[in-house]
Amino acid sequence: MSEQAPVAETISPTEEALELLQKRFKKTVRRDDREGYGGIVVDASRLEKVAAAIHDDLGYDYLSSATAVDYLGQGDHVEMVYHAYRIAGGPALVFKAQTPRDEAVLPTLTGVWPGVDFQEREAWDLMGIRFDGHPNLKRILMWEGFHGHPLRKDWHEPFFEEELKPFGSRWPDGHVQRSEEHNPYGKNVQYPAEWSPEAYESPAEPAIYDNINLGVDVRTDLATDRVIVSLGPQHPSTHGVFRMVVRLDGETIEGLEPVMGYLHRNHEKIGERNTFIQNMPYTDRLDYICSLSNNLGYAISIEQLMALGARYEPPTYRAEVIRVLMAELTRIVNHVWAIGFLLNDLGAFFTPMMYAVIERELILDFFEATTGSRMMCNYMRFGGVAADIPARIRGVANLINDRVRDMNTMDYLHSLIHERLPRAIDQLDEYLTTSEIMTNRCMGVGVLTRDDAIAYSAAGPVLRASGVPYDVRRAEPYSIYPDLDFDVAVRYHGDVYDRYLVRLDELRQSIRILKQVLPLLNDTDGQPVFTGRGVYSPRVPAGESYGRVENPKGELGFYVVSEGKQNPRRYHVRAPSFINLTALEQMCKGHKVADVVAILGSIDIVLGETDR
Amino acid sequence: MYGLGIWRGLQVTLTHFVNTYLDDIKWGFRRHIHPDAFAERQSLAARGVFTVEYPDEKLAVPERFRFIPFLVVENYDHPDRPGYDWCTSCGICAKVCPPQCIWIVRGKHPDTGRPKPEPEAFFIDIDICMNCGYCAEFCPFDAIKMDHDYELASYDRTSAHIYDKQKLSKELRYWQSIAPTYAEQEADARGGWEHKDVLKQRDKAAKAAQAEVTDKTD
Ligand code: SF4
Ligand code: SF4
Repeated sequence: MSEQAPVAETISPTEEALELLQKRFKKTVRRDDREGYGGIVVDASRLEKVAAAIHDDLGYDYLSSATAVDYLGQGDHVEMVYHAYRIAGGPALVFKAQTPRDEAVLPTLTGVWPGVDFQEREAWDLMGIRFDGHPNLKRILMWEGFHGHPLRKDWHEPFFEEELKPFGSRWPDGHVQRSEEHNPYGKNVQYPAEWSPEAYESPAEPAIYDNINLGVDVRTDLATDRVIVSLGPQHPSTHGVFRMVVRLDGETIEGLEPVMGYLHRNHEKIGERNTFIQNMPYTDRLDYICSLSNNLGYAISIEQLMALGARYEPPTYRAEVIRVLMAELTRIVNHVWAIGFLLNDLGAFFTPMMYAVIERELILDFFEATTGSRMMCNYMRFGGVAADIPARIRGVANLINDRVRDMNTMDYLHSLIHERLPRAIDQLDEYLTTSEIMTNRCMGVGVLTRDDAIAYSAAGPVLRASGVPYDVRRAEPYSIYPDLDFDVAVRYHGDVYDRYLVRLDELRQSIRILKQVLPLLNDTDGQPVFTGRGVYSPRVPAGESYGRVENPKGELGFYVVSEGKQNPRRYHVRAPSFINLTALEQMCKGHKVADVVAILGSIDIVLGETDR
Repeated sequence: MYGLGIWRGLQVTLTHFVNTYLDDIKWGFRRHIHPDAFAERQSLAARGVFTVEYPDEKLAVPERFRFIPFLVVENYDHPDRPGYDWCTSCGICAKVCPPQCIWIVRGKHPDTGRPKPEPEAFFIDIDICMNCGYCAEFCPFDAIKMDHDYELASYDRTSAHIYDKQKLSKELRYWQSIAPTYAEQEADARGGWEHKDVLKQRDKAAKAAQAEVTDKTD
C-alpha cells in the first residue's frame, strides 16, 4: 500500500547547480551572496533557458513556490524567487530573477512548470510583474480594475495609518478612535485618477469568458447546447465563497476557470506591517481548520532565520514532541472533516459529516485546554510552544448553566489515541469505503495523472493519490519526524476515490505516529517547553528562509525575508489550497457538472488559505 | 452484491441511532437531571451522538480559555488600596497587540507632568481584538488577563464595543475564581498575592528596617 520516499542527500544543491549552469550560461548565472541568502541569481533574459536546464538536466521537476519580493530602497528591483525540488526528495534549489521596479517584466515559466500559472498571476496581481508569454495573465485575487499592486512597498491603502506596527498612536497618548471612522464606507477604496465606479464596466467577466474560449456569445447564442455556467460563489458545495466558471457541452465540462479572492484580505501585507511575533495568531486564520500546523510552519521558518544569529537555542525535545502531537492531531481533525465534507458534496447531507465531527470535537477539547482556544490556537513560539500541556482538562464554572468536566490529560490522550480514534476511523471506513454511492460517484472521476500532478505542483493527498510518494515529513524532514516510524500513504489512480483512500490511510498513519509520541511525552516530562527569549518583539537576523511543513492539505511554506529588524520585509505564504487549484481544470474536463463538486471536495480547500 | 456497501453503511447509522437512545435508558430517563450524566456524555466514554444543549447547558471552559482581556484591579475590600489598578501603563500590551486594538493614555503627575505608573485611560476595541492572548502573556505585572465570558452580544456595536477602563476592570478575586491554578502560580512567582510593586516596596521597607535594627545593635 505505501512506500517510503527516500531521505535527503547531502550535497548542496546550489553548488551542484552552479557548476553545471555556469559552464553553460557563463556570467548570466551567479551565486546569491547577500548575507543570509542562498541559491543563485539568474539574468532575466536567460531565465527561461536556465529554468529549462534546471528542470530537464538537473532534475528539479517539482516547483514548490514562486513569489516576488520588492526591494524598494535596496537596489530598487523586484525579484522573483523560485523554490524547486526533486520529487525524489531532498533540499530546494532556490533561484531568483530580478527586474527593475518601474518596468517589471520577466519571461513566464508556465512552459517549464505549468504549476507556476496561478503563482505568476498572483505576482502580477500583487507585485506588478508582467510575465511575457503567460497564457492568461490576469489579476487573480484582486478585482480587474483595482488600482495598483498592493504588495509594492510604496502602495498604501486608503486608510493607511503607519508603515509598521506598533503604531505610535496607541501609547502613551492612546485616545481611542474607531477604525471605521478612518475608513468610512464608500471612501475605503482607491480609484485611478479620472475613473468613476459608476461608469465602469468590469473587463473581468468578458475576460473570464474569453479565456475559456466558448466560441459562442452568451448574450445571443444561448440556443446552442453549449453554455457557460457560473458555479458559486454562493453555492454551499464550493466550501466557501469560491466560484467556478464552466463551459459546458450539454452536461459535460469542456473548460473551467476558478475565480477567487472573495475572502482576500492581503494577509501578506498585514504580515509585513506586523512584527514577527504578531504574525503567529494571523497564521491561525489561514487554514482555520489546521491552525496548529500553520503555527508550526511559521515557527520553523523563523527559527531557521534565528539560527543564523548568535544567541539561538533550538526547541527542547519535549517542545518538538508536543509540536508533533499537535500537528498529527490536527491532521486527524482535518481529514475527518474533509471526508465528512466530501460526502456532503456527494449529496449525503450532513449525517456522515456529523459522525466525523464527533471525534474532532474531542480533539478540540484537548486543544482548548492546552492552547486556550479550539480553533485559533496561537500556540507555537519561536523556540518552543507557549505552555506545557495541562495536567487536567478541567472546566471552571463561571456562567449560568456551566457544566464542569474534569479529566486527566494523559489518560484522556491515551484512550483517545489507543481506543476512540482508531475505532472511529474503522467505523468511517466501514461506513463509506465500500458504499456504492461512494464507489459509483468517485471511482475514475477527476483523474490527475502522476506527471500532471507533479507538473502542476499539486501537494499533499492530491499528489500522493496520483502515485507520488512525496511527503515533506520524509522528503525534507523537520522536527522529530526522522525518529518516528510511519509510512507515506500513496495510491495510484489519481481519482476522487483514491484521494479519499489516501486520507483514510493518513489517518491511520497519524494514529501510528501518535502512539509513538505518547511514551515520548511521558519520557520528556519536566523538560522546559520554551527556550526562546520571552521578549515581546524579538529581532530576527537578516536573511531569507523558506520553512515548509506537510500540512494536512499539502505543503505549506513560509518564505520570509528579514532585514534584522522587528518586522519582516517579505512574508509570503505558499498555500496548498491555492496551488492545488491550478490542476482543477485538468481534473474536471470531460466530467459532468455534478462531478465538479465532488472533485473540488476531494482537493479539500479552505478559502481562508486560498484567498489569503 | 450490489447494495451491500450501502447496507453496511446504514448499519453504522443505526448503531449511532440506537446508542444515542441507550443513553436515555442508562440514566433512567433522567439524563438532564443526573449530576454525572453531562460530563460522561461529553467525554470519551460517550456512545451515540450528543450536542450540548446551549443555553440550558454550557460547557464550562478550561482555565486557559481566552476571550477578550480584562484589567486586574485590587479587590474592592482591600485594606490599603481598594480597586487600585495593577496596570502601570508601561505600554507593552499595546505594542505587542497584533491588530493594535489597545489604546492607553499614560498617567501623569498633575503638578510635575512626569509620567506615573498608572493608566489615565485604557480602551480595548473588542470588535478588533482577535483573542490571541499576547497582552496577557507579555504583561510584566500580571495586570491584564484573558476573560472567560464569551456571551457579549449587544444591540449596538458602534456604541457598546469599545470597552473603557471601568468596563474592563475586574477584581483580582475574579481572576482567582476563573483560573485558580494559574493565579496561584503567578502569585508564587511574584512572591505573594499583592501587586509586584507593592511587594517590592514592602521588601525594601523590611530590608531598611532590618538595616536599622542592625545599625542600632552595632
Ligand atoms: S502590559 Fe500590563 S502593565 Fe503594561 S500597560 Fe499593559 S496591562 Fe498595563
Ligand atoms: S487578546 Fe490579542 S488582540 Fe486582544 S487585546 Fe490582547 S493582544 Fe490585542
